[in-house]
Amino acid sequence: MSPTLQSPQTSISLLQKSSYPIFWAAYLHDFGQRICMIMNMSAFRHRHLLSIQGLTPVEIESLLDRADSYVTHNRETSNKKKNLLHGCTVTNLFFEHSTRTRTSFELAGKRLGADVINMPIATSSMSKGETLIDTAVTLNAMHLDVLVVRHPDSGAVTLLAEKVNCAVINGGDGTHEHPTQALLDALTIRRRMGRLSGLIVAICGDILHSRVARSNICLFNIMGARVRVIAPQTLLPTGIEALGVEIHHDMRTGLRGADIVMMLRVQNERMSGHFIPSIREYFSFFGLDYAKLAVMKPDALIMHPGPMNRGFEIESDVADDVERSVIREQVEMGVAVRMAVLEILVNNQKR
Amino acid sequence: MALPAQGRIAYIKARLLDPATGLDGPGGLLADGEHIVDFGQGLFQPEGLPEGTRIVDCCGSCLAPGLVDIRMQLREPGYEYKESVQGACWAAVKGGVTSMVCLPNTLPVIDDVATVEFVARRARLIGLTKIYAYGAATKGLQGIELAEMGLLAKAGAVGFTDGIHPIADALVMRRALSYAATFGLTIVQHPEEPSLAAGGVMNEGEVATRLGLTGIPACAESILLARDLRLVELTGSRYHAAHISTAEGLETLRRAKDKGLPVSCDTAPFYFSLNELAVSDYCTFAKLSPPLRCEKDRQAVMEGLCLGLIDAIVSDHAPQDQDSKRRPFSQAASGGVGLETLLAVTLELYHNGHMSLLSALHLVTAGPANLLGLEAGRLMRGGAADLVLFTPDTAWIVVADVSGSKKSKKSPFDNRPVQGRVLRTVIDGRTVFSASAAAEESV
Repeated sequence: MSPTLQSPQTSISLLQKSSYPIFWAAYLHDFGQRICMIMNMSAFRHRHLLSIQGLTPVEIESLLDRADSYVTHNRETSNKKKNLLHGCTVTNLFFEHSTRTRTSFELAGKRLGADVINMPIATSSMSKGETLIDTAVTLNAMHLDVLVVRHPDSGAVTLLAEKVNCAVINGGDGTHEHPTQALLDALTIRRRMGRLSGLIVAICGDILHSRVARSNICLFNIMGARVRVIAPQTLLPTGIEALGVEIHHDMRTGLRGADIVMMLRVQNERMSGHFIPSIREYFSFFGLDYAKLAVMKPDALIMHPGPMNRGFEIESDVADDVERSVIREQVEMGVAVRMAVLEILVNNQKR
Repeated sequence: MALPAQGRIAYIKARLLDPATGLDGPGGLLADGEHIVDFGQGLFQPEGLPEGTRIVDCCGSCLAPGLVDIRMQLREPGYEYKESVQGACWAAVKGGVTSMVCLPNTLPVIDDVATVEFVARRARLIGLTKIYAYGAATKGLQGIELAEMGLLAKAGAVGFTDGIHPIADALVMRRALSYAATFGLTIVQHPEEPSLAAGGVMNEGEVATRLGLTGIPACAESILLARDLRLVELTGSRYHAAHISTAEGLETLRRAKDKGLPVSCDTAPFYFSLNELAVSDYCTFAKLSPPLRCEKDRQAVMEGLCLGLIDAIVSDHAPQDQDSKRRPFSQAASGGVGLETLLAVTLELYHNGHMSLLSALHLVTAGPANLLGLEAGRLMRGGAADLVLFTPDTAWIVVADVSGSKKSKKSPFDNRPVQGRVLRTVIDGRTVFSASAAAEESV
């Protein structure tokens, strides 16, 4: 579903509700977007992608539109490789273990023809005590084009972005943000539901430690969806209501009439006995099973950013539900979204 | 090296301010050598002064007792790369501070008579701001065994504290208070319940949630205070709570003061002039301990100052080198410099109409000096000529002094427009800082 189908409706409703200036603004805006499309430019003009917070609906839509085109491209069997980023160097700098996100970025870079290098923590000099700033200086000297960074500390990616010359993509920083995950979730939903605004999205699980939750809360608020968080009080950060969410402590009320449920991973090693008494207890109240699913809309989607703990936060059968589970699709959208982000950021550098 | 003070100096045409006695009026002051001989309203016409008296024409500027700062961190011995004693003294005299009390968190810790004497000797050799020291309340600031408080006090320690660490164990605190009471000493606490503050790097709340940083709840302060105040009731010892930052902490203290317990507290300029929003964008220079709180707490601290609930304002000077600050927020060190800006930011209370000039000055002179029984912070015939000459209205902008030095001079107040400039700082009758001389130097 492309948003161009949406925009005439938006314009009409605006026209009906209010006066001409807004109509003209919407018209000019639409016109501007078309120009951008013709000239192969994106409305997303930032140098880095560090967070969802601070982005506008138009910027997010334009990222999703571009990603949408790559979904089709990636499904072609014959030749998946493009050479849009031929000669560019993309480096995955991961200070935290990751297989899925790193592979996804690596694949996205390679599909666009870039040279992709992985720098995992185990072999990097951070473990030898090098500071983040020194790492930035070292990387600068290598003339990279895009740096994908994952770091266990919130704000570390922002700090690094201030010190390097290349474009930086936040691949997850501490408990702050994971913007590409939110974008891929949004793309998955938009393709299934045709829209984002007006949907009810329930995010369930360890909100306290989740950067995925923060990015998604931001994104869905920006796009006009309603966000609910469902978790025991111990797994909710203070002041979360100020981010524009409804708080629920009961799956039955939290999921009632919702369009989407996003289950978050429960890290057993960190959780048990501290934030929750046991996995058994957690699953009985907050684990997703068919009984709890029944109160949602019939066509509701089930999502999970992975990796899943089957039987911890989600019942195995629910995770594999052919009709409603889009967990596999999320992974597919991940590559497309990352291709779009890489391409747009490299283009923005050229300008 | 300290030079002996020169003869008689008369400061004339000044606006004399002495918060301790409420004196505020045009007048003059005569110092002979290290001491004040006389001062008063309408005193000293140049022709009436004895032969050989040097005359300093104050041109209507304010002449007040030098500032007394009862909480600052000295980085020598042990952390010279953060700041030397000389550096701290320079910052102090530039800010009009003539006496200051350092925390025992040096390396080695000030839990031994030798370290107290080391600090005293360094200060004497440098001959700028007078430095007093707190002794450690527990050995090595470990919070387990009591330090030799009696001997330390005899060597010159003016109070006892574990510095930037709270005395967490209730039994240790009870014994520290009881033992200190034996010698009539004061225990100074950093009120923060460690188990609630564990892992926290900023104030708990919406901003922390947005930034994905672990928060320290406001109740971490009030819970430890409530426990301590109950122990004070039990032991009857003198207790001082350092850098109060929350509304609920102040409320807890107010109740104790209403009961008539021997308790006092201070706050730092950060906590009444900044709030947690200074941390947005992960600004590590605004990472402090206790953290900058929400706007409601900031206003409560301001109100506490106005009502006289808070007895003193301290600089909470805690210099950090650049390498400790240029890190991801949660790894960065806490603290910032504060000596140079102590007067100017305190004067915001006066400029914004919260209190009179004298009341604001009282919080940085006689107020803190009285708490620890220091002979400072007041104009006294025969007392030490520790003075500050300043203009309360001169506007300037706080600029980080990063003149090629690895040692950080950055403060959370950088780029803040403030009012109130120190023109001259006099310690024991000697002019140790003069703005006009500093200006000439920099030309």
